Amino acid sequence: MNLESHELEELKSKIGREPTSTELQIVAAEWSEHCSYKSSKKHLKMLPMDGPLVIKEKGYDSGVLDVGDGYVITAHIESHNHPSAVEPYGGAATGVGGVIRDILSAGTRPIALLDGLRFGDIEKDQHAKWLFKNAVTGIADYGNCLGIPTVGGEVEFDECYTNYAMVDVAAIGFGKKENLIKNHAKKGDLVVLLGGATGRDGIGGSQFASDSLESEDRSAVQIPDPFIEKLIIEAILEARNEKLIHAMKDLGGGGLSCAVSETADSLDIGIEMDVDKVHTRESDMHSDEIMISESQERMLIVTDSEKLIKLQDICKKFRIDCSVIGHVTFDNKMHVKKSGKTIANISTDIVANATLLDLPSKKPIYLENIENTKSFPLLSDYSEVMLILLASPNIASKIWVYGQYDHEVGIRTVVKPGYDASVLRLDNGKFLSIKIDGNPKQCYINPREGAIGCFEEACRNVVCTGAKPIGMLDHLQFGNPKDPEIFWTFLESLKGLTDFAKDFEIPCIGGKVSLYNETPKGSIKPTPVIGVLGLIDKTPLRIQKINSGDCLIMIGNTKDELGGSEYSEYIHKFIGGKCPVVDFSDSKKNMNAVLEIIKTELIKSAHDCSKGGLAVAVSELCMTNLIGCTVSLENVPGDKLDNDKILFSESHSRYLVTFEKKNLQNLEELLKKHNVSFKTIGEFGGESIQFTADSKPILDLSVDKAQKTWLNSLKEMVMHA
Amino acid sequence: MNVGVVVFPGSNCDRDMFHVLSDVFNLNAHYCWHAKPLPENLDAVVLPGGFSYGDRLRAGVIAAHSPIIQDIKKISEKGIPILGVCNGFQILVESGLLPGVLLKNDSLNFMCEWTNLTVENNKTPFTNQFELNQKIPIPIANGEGRYFVDDETLDQLERKNQIVFKYDQVVNGSSNQIAGVCNDDGNIVGMMPHPERAVESEINPHDNKPSSLIFESLLKKMGVNN
Repeated sequence: MNLESHELEELKSKIGREPTSTELQIVAAEWSEHCSYKSSKKHLKMLPMDGPLVIKEKGYDSGVLDVGDGYVITAHIESHNHPSAVEPYGGAATGVGGVIRDILSAGTRPIALLDGLRFGDIEKDQHAKWLFKNAVTGIADYGNCLGIPTVGGEVEFDECYTNYAMVDVAAIGFGKKENLIKNHAKKGDLVVLLGGATGRDGIGGSQFASDSLESEDRSAVQIPDPFIEKLIIEAILEARNEKLIHAMKDLGGGGLSCAVSETADSLDIGIEMDVDKVHTRESDMHSDEIMISESQERMLIVTDSEKLIKLQDICKKFRIDCSVIGHVTFDNKMHVKKSGKTIANISTDIVANATLLDLPSKKPIYLENIENTKSFPLLSDYSEVMLILLASPNIASKIWVYGQYDHEVGIRTVVKPGYDASVLRLDNGKFLSIKIDGNPKQCYINPREGAIGCFEEACRNVVCTGAKPIGMLDHLQFGNPKDPEIFWTFLESLKGLTDFAKDFEIPCIGGKVSLYNETPKGSIKPTPVIGVLGLIDKTPLRIQKINSGDCLIMIGNTKDELGGSEYSEYIHKFIGGKCPVVDFSDSKKNMNAVLEIIKTELIKSAHDCSKGGLAVAVSELCMTNLIGCTVSLENVPGDKLDNDKILFSESHSRYLVTFEKKNLQNLEELLKKHNVSFKTIGEFGGESIQFTADSKPILDLSVDKAQKTWLNSLKEMVMHA
Repeated sequence: MNVGVVVFPGSNCDRDMFHVLSDVFNLNAHYCWHAKPLPENLDAVVLPGGFSYGDRLRAGVIAAHSPIIQDIKKISEKGIPILGVCNGFQILVESGLLPGVLLKNDSLNFMCEWTNLTVENNKTPFTNQFELNQKIPIPIANGEGRYFVDDETLDQLERKNQIVFKYDQVVNGSSNQIAGVCNDDGNIVGMMPHPERAVESEINPHDNKPSSLIFESLLKKMGVNN
C-alpha cells in the first residue's frame, strides 16, 4: 500500500479521524493512478465523447454505440503492461479477461478481441522473445477457451520496451439495446459477488501498476481461469435475459474496494458489506486482503431478494459461486464489517474521487533538434534493402501470432486478420469494421503528430473495408507523469487526438490511461494506441484476387517524411527526421473518395500505406495475391523526391487501390470529382515486385522469395535462438 | 426434423451450430444441456466445438463422463446420426464412441487456419451427398487436433472404411492425415474441422458449397427436401 503522506493527511482531514487499516487499504487502492486517473482525468475531458450514435448510462465501463435496428455495440480497451512484464502468460491472459468483463457489465455479449503487443528487440534479446511468446500463448489460451474470436491487432518491437511488455486488449460487445443494463438500485437491494473465489493473487495490483517496474512482484499478478470466465459470461447473459440484474460491475483494479465504492458512488447510494460473506480461496485471508485482492473472474451484482433466488439457480446450473455480501443503503457510505464489527465506514464520494492533480509540463529537450532531416546514401538497387525490411520483425507477417488465435469462432468474421481492418457481420445486416494502431517511433519524434497519425491510420484501415468511422477508443500509455517532460508528451498527444476527433466528428467512446510505464532504464516512448470502429450499412468491400493486367492507383501525396519510419530506424538505425503530418483536409477528402469508390464496386481491393511505406504496401499486395507488379516512381503523387523517400516514407492519408483495367476511366472520373491527388502508378503481372525510376529498375524482387521471407521470418525468430 | 445440440460447460460453438442448423438448413435445433436427459424425439445429435470443462486434464475427457453421454450411447445404438465437431469429436473419442485419440498438434500450438479436406467415405449420414475424394475448404481451430491411432487400428479403420475425411496435406501430424472418422456402423462421425464456420458464403473466403453438403447429407438421410 502506498498512500503518499500528503494524501494520508488529506484523507484524515476529509473523514475527521484516523483511518482504520482497512480504510487505508481501500483508499490506497482506489486513489492509485490506475483506478483514479488522478493525473490525467482533468485533461481527458477535452476529448469529444458525444455523438449521434453514442449511448451514455451511468456506471458503464465500456462505450456504447447505437448501430440501428435496436442493436448496440459496446467497446473498451485496457492494458496489462506491468503484470505482463513480470509474468507474460498470466498477465496477458488476465488482461483479456478484464476487458471482456467490462463489455459484459453493460449486458452485452463479447464478440471480438483485438490485441496490441509491444516488446523489446526480439532479434537480440532472449528475454523479449520469452515475453512475446508467452504473452501470445496467454492471449490465445484465454480468448480461444472463451470462444471470443481475436480478430485483429498489431505487434511491434522497439528497444524502448526492453525488459518490459505492452499488452493492450480491446474488446467489442454486441447486444440488443433493450437488454442494456440500466444501472440502478433501490433500498434493500442486495449486493452479490459472483464468480471465482477471492484469493491472494493480485493483491495490490493497481498500486503495483501505478509505479515504475523496479521489483518483480509476482503476487501482484492475477491467475487466469478462462473456464470460470466462460461460465460467468453465460450465467450473466442468462440472468440479463431474465432481467435479474439491477446494476453490475466487474472486479478489476482495486478489487472489491474499487467495485463497491465506484458502484455506490455512481448510483448515489451506500453499500454495507461483510467480508466474512465473501467466498475465498483460502480460509485465513485477512479482511484487508479480501478488500483489495484482484482475483479474476468476479462480478458485483445488485439485485433484489426475489430475483436473487433465480440468480442463485442460474449460478447452480453453471456451478459458479455467488455470495450475498451486503445490501444497498442510502447513507452514501461504504460500510465494511467483519464478524459484525465495523472495519471501514467511509463516504463513497471520498473513496471514489481522489483529488485530481494538475501536473506541470515542459517540452522535452530531446525534441528540439529531433526533426532535423538526415539524408541516407542513395542506392541504385533497393532489392536487398527491401528483403531485409520484409524480414524485419515489425514488417514481417504476423501470421505466427494470429494463427494461434481462434479468429473464426462466433461465425461473424467476414474479413479475417491479415488485412487492413477486420470486419464482423452484425445481426441487423450491417457490418462492423475494427482496427487498433499505435506508432511509438513517430510519437517519440513528434507526440502530437504521431498520435494523430495513429488515429488516422486506424481510420484508413477501416475505410479500406468500406466502413465509415463512428467511434474511437484511446489508450494513452506513457512513463512517469511526475516528470514534466513526459507529462508534456501526454498532453500533446491528447491535444492532437482531440483536434482530429473533433474535426472528423469521431467521438471517443472509451479509453484508458496507463502511466508509469518505466523500467530501470527509463521511460517507454509515448505509446498511444488508437482503436477505430467503423460501420458498413450494406456490404463490405469483397476483396477479390488480383490478376495479371489489373492496375494500381495511388491516392494521396507522398512527402519527405522519413522520421520514425522503419527504413530510417531499422535499416539506418537513425531515430529522428521529419515526422509524418496528417493534413486534415486531404485526409478527409481521401477517405470520402475511397469510401465512394468502394461503394461503386469498381475496385478489387483497397490497402493503406503505412509501416515501410509504398514499397512495403505494394509488396503486401503482391505477396498476398502471389503476383508481380511494376510501379514507376515518377508517377507517385506528391513532390519530386529522392527514390528512397518515395519508396519508404510513411506519409499518411495514402491508399492503394487495385482494379480491372476496364474500370480505369470510371475511377478516374470519380476521383477527379472528389478533387483528390491520385495517379495510376503500376500494373500487375509477372513474378516479381518491380519499381522503376526513369524507366530504370531500382528494385526487383521475386514475389515467391519475398513471400516466403515475409511469412516465415517472425516464426523463425521466435522458434530459433 | 429435430436436431439436438449438446451443450457442456465450456462449449463455445454451440450457438454457431444452432444458427447453421436452424437458420441455414431450417431444422428444428434444440440446445441440450449436459445435466439434463437427452430429449427423446431427436432425429440427430450434434456435439459442437469448444472447451468443455476448460480442456482440463485432456480435451473432452471430463465431458465424456457426463450423464448425457449414456443417453447418446443409447440412441447411437438405434442408428441415429451423431456428429462431433472439434471438441465434440474429442468427447466422442474420449467416451469410446469413436476409435483413436486426439493429441496436441505437432506445432504444439493452437492452430486456426483454412485447410482442404478430401472425402474418403461417402456412405455416412454426413457425407452421402459427396463424390469420393471431393475437396472441402474448411477451417480448423484447435490445440489438440492431431488424430492418432496405432498401426493395427489404422489398418482396421481402413479395412472397415471408417476414415471419413483426410487433410489434403500434412496439417498437424495426424495419423495418415486423418481429419475425421466414423464408428463401425457409420452413424457416428467425428471431425476436427468446423463445417458450421464454412457453410455461409459471407464468411467463407473460398467455396461454401462443399461444407454445406455435410448438412445436406443429413437432410437427405432423414428424407427432408430442403
